[in-house]
Amino acid sequence: MQVNEFKPKIVAFCCNWCSYAGADLAGNNRLNYPDNVKIIRVPCSCRVNPMFILRAFQRGADGVILCGCHPGDCHYTSGNYYTRRRMALLFSMLEYLGIEKERTRVEWVSAAEGAKFSATMNEFCEQVAALGENKRLEDLRCKQ
Amino acid sequence: MQRIGVFVCWCGSNIAATVDVKAVAEALKSEPGVVFSTDYQYMCSQAGQDLIKEAIKEHKLTGLVICSCSPRMHENTFRKVAADSGINPYMVEIANIREQCSWVHKDKAIGTEKAIILARAAVAKVHLNTPLTPGESEVTKRALVIGGGIAGIQTALDIADAGYKVDIVETKPTIGGKMAQLDKTFPTLDCAACILTPKMVEVAQNENVRIFSYSEVTEVGGFVGNFTVKIKKKARYVKEDVCTGCGLCTEKCPMKKVPNDFNLGMNNKGAIYIPFAQAVPKVATIDPNYCNMLKNGKCGLCAKVCTAGAIDYTQKDEIIEEKYGAIVAATGYNPISLDKFDEFAYNQSKDVITSLEFERLTNAAGPTNGVLLRPSDLKHPKTIVFVQCVGSRCSADASKGKEYCSKICCMYTAKHAMLTRDKYPDTDVYVFYIDVRTPGKNFDEFYRRAVEEYGVHYIKGMVGKVIPEGDKLIVQGSDLLDNKQLKIEADLVVLAAAIEPDKSARNLATMLTASMDTNDFFTEAHPKLRPVESPTAGIFLSGTCQGPKDIPETVSQAGAAASKVIGLLAKDKLKGNPCVAHSDELMCNGCSSCERVCPYKAITYVDKEFRMPDRTTKVRRVAFVNEAVCQGCGACTVACPSGAMDLKGFKSKQIMAEVDAICK
Amino acid sequence: MQTVTRNQLVEKAKELLNNGTVTRVLGIKKGEFSYDLTPAVFTSAEELEKEFEFNGFAAANFSKYLVKLADGEGKILVFLKPCDSYSFNQLLTEHRFNRENVYAVGIECDGFADYKKIEEEFNDGIKSVEFNGEKIEVTTLYDGKKELAFADYMLERCKNCKTKKIAAFDELLTENSDETKNTRFEEVEKLEAMTPDERYAFWRNELSRCIRCNACRDVCPACTCEKCVFNNPDSGVENKAIQNSFEENMFHIIRAFHVAGRCTDCGECSRVCPQHIPLHLLNRKFIKDINSFYGEYQAGAEVGNRAPLVNYTKEDIEPKDAVGRGSEE
Repeated sequence: MQVNEFKPKIVAFCCNWCSYAGADLAGNNRLNYPDNVKIIRVPCSCRVNPMFILRAFQRGADGVILCGCHPGDCHYTSGNYYTRRRMALLFSMLEYLGIEKERTRVEWVSAAEGAKFSATMNEFCEQVAALGENKRLEDLRCKQ
Repeated sequence: MQRIGVFVCWCGSNIAATVDVKAVAEALKSEPGVVFSTDYQYMCSQAGQDLIKEAIKEHKLTGLVICSCSPRMHENTFRKVAADSGINPYMVEIANIREQCSWVHKDKAIGTEKAIILARAAVAKVHLNTPLTPGESEVTKRALVIGGGIAGIQTALDIADAGYKVDIVETKPTIGGKMAQLDKTFPTLDCAACILTPKMVEVAQNENVRIFSYSEVTEVGGFVGNFTVKIKKKARYVKEDVCTGCGLCTEKCPMKKVPNDFNLGMNNKGAIYIPFAQAVPKVATIDPNYCNMLKNGKCGLCAKVCTAGAIDYTQKDEIIEEKYGAIVAATGYNPISLDKFDEFAYNQSKDVITSLEFERLTNAAGPTNGVLLRPSDLKHPKTIVFVQCVGSRCSADASKGKEYCSKICCMYTAKHAMLTRDKYPDTDVYVFYIDVRTPGKNFDEFYRRAVEEYGVHYIKGMVGKVIPEGDKLIVQGSDLLDNKQLKIEADLVVLAAAIEPDKSARNLATMLTASMDTNDFFTEAHPKLRPVESPTAGIFLSGTCQGPKDIPETVSQAGAAASKVIGLLAKDKLKGNPCVAHSDELMCNGCSSCERVCPYKAITYVDKEFRMPDRTTKVRRVAFVNEAVCQGCGACTVACPSGAMDLKGFKSKQIMAEVDAICK
Repeated sequence: MQTVTRNQLVEKAKELLNNGTVTRVLGIKKGEFSYDLTPAVFTSAEELEKEFEFNGFAAANFSKYLVKLADGEGKILVFLKPCDSYSFNQLLTEHRFNRENVYAVGIECDGFADYKKIEEEFNDGIKSVEFNGEKIEVTTLYDGKKELAFADYMLERCKNCKTKKIAAFDELLTENSDETKNTRFEEVEKLEAMTPDERYAFWRNELSRCIRCNACRDVCPACTCEKCVFNNPDSGVENKAIQNSFEENMFHIIRAFHVAGRCTDCGECSRVCPQHIPLHLLNRKFIKDINSFYGEYQAGAEVGNRAPLVNYTKEDIEPKDAVGRGSEE
């Protein structure tokens, strides 16, 4: 293993009812994914404010992924529908500002989809790693 | 400043094998606010819990971070430990270092490093945690059942038997629903009226039950335990408490040309009518669309003949407001309209009928007094063709029909075929089917009897066209097993029309903020584990409003819904989830964005007086969250542009602190 | 050049004051120069005669002022240009003022001049700017008098005027028109066609000039929060002045997001920006995306409309299919 291999920082917001449980299931089934993925639990994907995502980038995250229940399966009936609209617009805007669109992602992961969770994280990490460090949305002060 | 204790669990070797737990505990000691940090083999065990309790006492801890398995496993365990030691249970955060760390990583150095970061994020969050107390609300010990069919009746009876008050609201002048229109029931062939009408009487006589017939729900407010419902009692122009149900008025009414909807329009009734002999309540109702007295002020015959003096032409709709603790939707179903199924000639020939119309034709109280005569010329049909799946199991892109299986048609068609052959052995009976579905106790045996004992011709295939020709109906269909086209000269064609939720359900769902699927069936809180509850707290589902069902299934679901209602009404107070939205009224603009995204109608607006810096006062419209209704999804917090809306337990600042800790 | 004249407005205002329909008039006060105008409230005919001004620079969107000014004794008169009328409806949708307290007179609009553009044309020393039909006459200290074509010096938002329809009024002073134009997304499309690197460079160049004076926010009729999230210590993003390169990104992205679906595209943000940042290009990106993802939507077209971000359909586009769609179209 190369020592200086770039390991992107990934923040994953997971809704409590589906995706967080899906991540737990990935753990139960010992389905590996990179350790640079760190999960933040939110009650519903619709709790994720665009500010949280920008904040993550600001503080040095290289990629942000948002996981929620599949559309139609939201524990709160409609939360992820709002998420879908908000993130479609936000991510489109970030791309418009010149931020690589591969750094952001929304994925629907159910509580039964441990394998999907693990596969998604592996894939997303690779994708972000290929882009290299996030320089375009970082707060320079926080760099070590 | 918080005094935080960090407790790193080994979970035997589950965590300890991939995470250096001692290193984690050591690393966390240098985090600001952490005054105690340790590790232990099984933190969730009694010994582990005692260790935490000791530490809380000894180090005067105000917040706890448990590095262990998923919060979905033991969050409640550790919250209870905190509560037992006098710390608010919501001052506990879990760092998930098992499912999301030790189990998915193999390298111990990597696992340890990640565990430390996850623990730091949890510490960062605990710093911003505040004690939370679940709100409590009273429970109104009365239930509302919307719909008075067998589902509603059974639910009401079960709730009433447990000693709680219950009201039934039924839009028709009588309760009984679809089952009252049926002749026999499968697979036992007992008469529907014989088993239903005693229940109708029982529910009417139960002192805990009130029946609002000829009424509808017009407004629902409030929340679980405290619903306020407005019920419109439509004017029936007959004093319900005075009418004796003698029926004299219905005989004397000179207007005889009112289509009898109870018999699906196959015969007529008077403008004043009692739907059927066993109606409950057994009182007359005047149809204002046909009554001459109400329309033109002429006639008044019913009032003259009524010895009880029950007729009241001046009666008005009445709105009743009542409080309920729980609401059960039992709005039932209807056969779909067959307007789009022109190939079956339903609108062209009187002798093409639906299965429900067939029920009325064979029912002793029906338009033909139970003698099977076809509607056009009242002759005995010699050849009858039953067509199944009319509008059921249609492909998703079809412009008509439903994708789902209506579930009951296979069995009632077998019943119809069997009864026909039993009563009129000289009748040829054909059944066209896609599949015959008979999963149910004694169902397949029943179907096989129709074929084997009664000689019903079952043909696998669909009917392409029905062509009225003279007094015959030419049925063109395909026999897929013999691979040939068939042409049958029939006297009567019976269509097993798909069933769909009653149209009133959509409107009701909006009022109840209960969700529906694309077919307008109510959705359940969980398809397997909570099948009789709506995702909206305090709303329960009974019968076919949730999905196609036969009578035994409906009755058992009705009982299940009732038991859930009883479980709710038995509580004196309801404890809510304290992680609910909260609006800072000083910052709220009253823009309504939050209200619009709230799936639970938990947000209302109040005009509030504010003192302005210049000592004047200003009235502003601000959001108010009903904590008993809010489920804590957080949709409102992002919709709110000013940030006035925040979610307790998942405050913006808390989540951002986690983000910061992770990205550090 | 405006066809509506100052005198027409003053006469209408006096009439409505005199017959008691309104007690106050929201309008514009003369300044020292024709381009230095201040929104103001007038309460008498004398004041109106003396100080009321309306010229080719009177572009301010009046609707936002109603949030603070609508309350009071009697009604306030507001003149609504097409742009203002959409903001007016949007603010009503959000319950930001009481409709009963306002008397709205709709006035047609032929576009306004952009003083910043005129200024760029000259060295210092503009003495006066006068409007004369299709011409702008500029008198300067050093170059004497010079004539400019009005059409060349219009505000960007007026050049690409989305509609001349007045969406709200109690009475119309002039004709209402259905004229619409669909050129306003051209700039956005140009940006979408660039590579991400070019776009990044473009926005870096623009946004790095931001001095966080908050003028865009303060003038924006969609930004009427009692307290802005960027002033709220509990929001976690509180900051008042730029501290580094990211903060202004965050401010502008979040501000655009907060007004997404509520922004009527009145263009005030770009008009007032002292740093000439084309802020409307952020808002228009959202509007363009909303139109393309969820169907045409004009904020403020009607009172009570449900904004796209507080709405959804079960078949909405997935974020992964949405991002970058604009550039592929």
